[in-house]
Amino acid sequence: MKLLKSILMGGALFFGLSMSAIAADPVKVGFVYVGPINDGGWNTAHDKARLALEEALGDKVETVFVENVPEGPDSERVMTQMALSGADLIFTTSFGYMDPTLNVAAKFPNVKFEHATGYKTSDNMSSYSARFYEGRAIQGHIAGSMTKSNIIGYIASVPIPEVVRGINSAYIHAKKVNPNVEFKIIWLFTWMDPAKESDAAKTLIEQGADVILQHTDSTAPLAAMQAAGNVIGFGQASDMTEYGPSPRVSSIIDDWAPYYIERTKAVMDGTWKSQAVWHGISTGMVGIGEITDAIPEKVRAEAIALQDSIVSGAYHAFTGPLNKQDGSPWLASGETADDGTLAGMTFYVEGIKGKVPN
Amino acid sequence: MDFSALNPVALLASLMIAATPIMLAAIGELVVEKSGVLNLGVEGMMIVGAVCGFITAVETGSAWFGLLGAALGGILISSIFAFLTQVLLANQVASGLALTLFGLGVSAMIGNGYTGIKPPGFNTVNIPLLSDLPFIGPAILSHDPIVYIGILLVILVWYFLNKTKNGLVLRAVGENHDAAHALGYKVIWIRFSAILFGGMCAGLGGAYLSLVRVPQWTEGMTAGAGWIALAIVVFASWKPFRLILGAYLFGGVTIMQLNLQALGVDIGIAYLSMAPYLVTIIVLVMISSNHLRSSANAPGSLGRIFHASQ
Amino acid sequence: MLTGNGMIRLEKRPQPSKKWTSITPFLAVLATMFVGGIMFWALGKDPIEAIRIIFWDPLFNPQFASYARPQILVKAGPLILIALGLSLGFRANIWNIGAEGQYIIGAICGAGVGLAFYPSEGWFIFPLMVIAGALGGFLWAMIPAILKIKFNTNEILVSLMLVYVAEKILVSVSLGLMRNPEGGGFPGSRNLQYYKAASNPELISGTGMHWGVLVALTLTCLTYIMLTKHTLGFQIKISGQSNKAARFSGTSPSVVTAICLGVSGALAGLAGLFEVSGPSGQISIDFNVGYGFTAIIVAFLGRLNPFGILLAGLLMALTYIGGELAQFMLGLPAAAIQAFQGMLLFFLLAGDILTNYRPKFTYKKRL
Repeated sequence: MKLLKSILMGGALFFGLSMSAIAADPVKVGFVYVGPINDGGWNTAHDKARLALEEALGDKVETVFVENVPEGPDSERVMTQMALSGADLIFTTSFGYMDPTLNVAAKFPNVKFEHATGYKTSDNMSSYSARFYEGRAIQGHIAGSMTKSNIIGYIASVPIPEVVRGINSAYIHAKKVNPNVEFKIIWLFTWMDPAKESDAAKTLIEQGADVILQHTDSTAPLAAMQAAGNVIGFGQASDMTEYGPSPRVSSIIDDWAPYYIERTKAVMDGTWKSQAVWHGISTGMVGIGEITDAIPEKVRAEAIALQDSIVSGAYHAFTGPLNKQDGSPWLASGETADDGTLAGMTFYVEGIKGKVPN
Repeated sequence: MDFSALNPVALLASLMIAATPIMLAAIGELVVEKSGVLNLGVEGMMIVGAVCGFITAVETGSAWFGLLGAALGGILISSIFAFLTQVLLANQVASGLALTLFGLGVSAMIGNGYTGIKPPGFNTVNIPLLSDLPFIGPAILSHDPIVYIGILLVILVWYFLNKTKNGLVLRAVGENHDAAHALGYKVIWIRFSAILFGGMCAGLGGAYLSLVRVPQWTEGMTAGAGWIALAIVVFASWKPFRLILGAYLFGGVTIMQLNLQALGVDIGIAYLSMAPYLVTIIVLVMISSNHLRSSANAPGSLGRIFHASQ
Repeated sequence: MLTGNGMIRLEKRPQPSKKWTSITPFLAVLATMFVGGIMFWALGKDPIEAIRIIFWDPLFNPQFASYARPQILVKAGPLILIALGLSLGFRANIWNIGAEGQYIIGAICGAGVGLAFYPSEGWFIFPLMVIAGALGGFLWAMIPAILKIKFNTNEILVSLMLVYVAEKILVSVSLGLMRNPEGGGFPGSRNLQYYKAASNPELISGTGMHWGVLVALTLTCLTYIMLTKHTLGFQIKISGQSNKAARFSGTSPSVVTAICLGVSGALAGLAGLFEVSGPSGQISIDFNVGYGFTAIIVAFLGRLNPFGILLAGLLMALTYIGGELAQFMLGLPAAAIQAFQGMLLFFLLAGDILTNYRPKFTYKKRL
């Protein structure tokens, strides 16, 4: 009896131990967001990817997040606490988290860090970013083809290289199909302020724009376009299909899920290495939302062909000849822009009016 | 520079829309301040109004019910402030700031699940003949009804404060609560009602954002509109009609700024957007240096705690 | 009602009750735990665990405490520093609610001096920055002070308006004047953490102590001494009670106004400077995170008493840090934490009534 009991208990003990060993195994992945997860834009996109990661890897992964974390010391503290709580991998998803991430990464050499949209890396800190300008090329093509007033409005957010690249890319491709286009650009100095975005859209419409591109995150501009009628625009960060088939005729979707899954798997099997990546449409990080029926078949086919040529690598969105705004030459005929220049782009290309705010 | 792209009709029309939410919130705060109470929680009350209005409108399918919901939401949250400051005699500045913090948090919680939805809207007012007038028609006379309700509310407040006995009592309470109390007026009750009225107006202002001007619900979508409303009250030196002017000035600077940018005018955006605040300070100095006029306007007991000592 | 002929009547105490001053904060925290617990429960979380994580874990959980405890000091430092300055004015009925603006301007001026010397090294650079930071905040606060003295303009409103102006200046310098030329085209200045002569690092590793925290703690004691032992403390108190009394005692209201606004501005500017050269490191569009406004609440929670402010600042910091823990340990939304903080403030402010007033129960015969 005693023997049986001890065997049973031993078995139970053994079984229990092995169970807990498996249970303790999941890789813990932390996310730090600069805004609320239901902003419908940038942060929602990252959180969607977090959920996709959970779905893809199931029990093998545990995710945690903190939202509304201001850039600066607050973010550094949140990252540190996450690392202390046993996180193996931490994604910090705003440019302003760059230096804090670098500091925390130095303190926790065994934790891996991934910082979005920055330019600094270290042994255990990678940077990742998306070539949204590839999507802007397609939007520019559609915009240039569709405008009747030849005025295209652009709601710009904060003057950082990513936004300037987007404007340039859209302009170059709009100009290619329609030499008469003019860009009217409004800087809002915010990523998300629905009331201001709506006012900006209305202003652009009043000044004759019939196509509007936005680099701010809310659907407010699309609502203003819908109210005006006869104006088209594009979804930003998320698909925004609720405004389709018009005014939303396509969109740029931030799809971080493939990258998050890939990097988490790398941590699991021990192959994670620090890197600096800049992914575009080809890896799916930049998604192009369905081009709706509101766009004529011919334009749609051209846009898809353009997308295919970007994906295959046959075409680069910044291909010369291109001059800078002041007329000085930038790229010779056939030459493509190097990533270094693009990453720090603070100038407009020739033909765009106005100045990048500084 | 080619300014022909500026369409005065469209400018005036968008200015009226941009001014409406801050005007609604400001007219409420004006009454609150006239009664001698400083409620810095306008931002918090606006955002609660925005979310309550949005949810009610979506659930009932009626934008008008949405307004009702926003008014109730604003009243409810302002009652916390009223209770704290009038019954428990807590400090108004700190309570107002706490109200903003609380309102931002609560609104985000109850609004969870309402993002990415389109709310029912209002029909624009279409007055036969008048709305078809050239210039005035499209610029002024074909908006949604709330624009006019806002203006009407300002007129009513003006009438109430200047032409009714109750308005006189409210002003007396704000001017000198001890004297008003000595005359037998119920200081606390009057202030309590003024605060609730302020909450209702702020709630309506918030709902105008989430139901008409944007229209959608997003966390933190008031983005500082409540603080601008506070500035406008001061700019107006507590006079209802000047408040319309102030709202149009602040709204106008926003709209002008966007228009000039779209025109490609090279302006220091930062400097242009700080202009209304500087103007407000100048106005403040002007009214306060003129003792006769300031004593007629600035409530003497503003921000002071009233306790009827026996 | 409370003031009528009802059952409970409130009598103003001649002096705030010492007993209730120390009891009410605990009652308020307990009440918040209870109501907040209900809220957490309604959100489907274990209320007891949530409360434990917010209030207990940052202090005593072995996993976090050694890091979180010093971080409470870091977070509380600027709040205490600003609130100390504000409390002087609040005692004298001078309402500076624009500390946020003075904080920004102090940071810009201080960082500006540091950046002007970049990349030269020198022991004098940081002290110069400290002076510039304090001076920036001081001058920004002197605008409402002078307007009040000269024109009797309401300082609440002027100081508030100047917050907006300061924020616009911050955006402007982040994009232009102070932009890091090696910053990859992004807005924001150089990171002072990486520029030794201009940085305000942790003085003893693992303690969180930087110059700002040290100054905040020192000034807490100095302010206490000043208020209790020095004539200036008396003058501030008396001008808070009535202008007439102040004049009789030979205190000039103008001087008190200038001192109160000037000191609170200088301290807010200092807080901004210590923050920008230390934990934050750089001037950027989003540099300010509301310390100037939160400090107003801290000043009142601390009952305008220097040591009360110290405790209130630490409590606020604790809820921030515990709130973050609760977010990623329990999955509570940030909004719930914000609402929870709001509630805590409501209860703390409501508790004031027991300190300043005595409830008296009167019995009325029924007719």
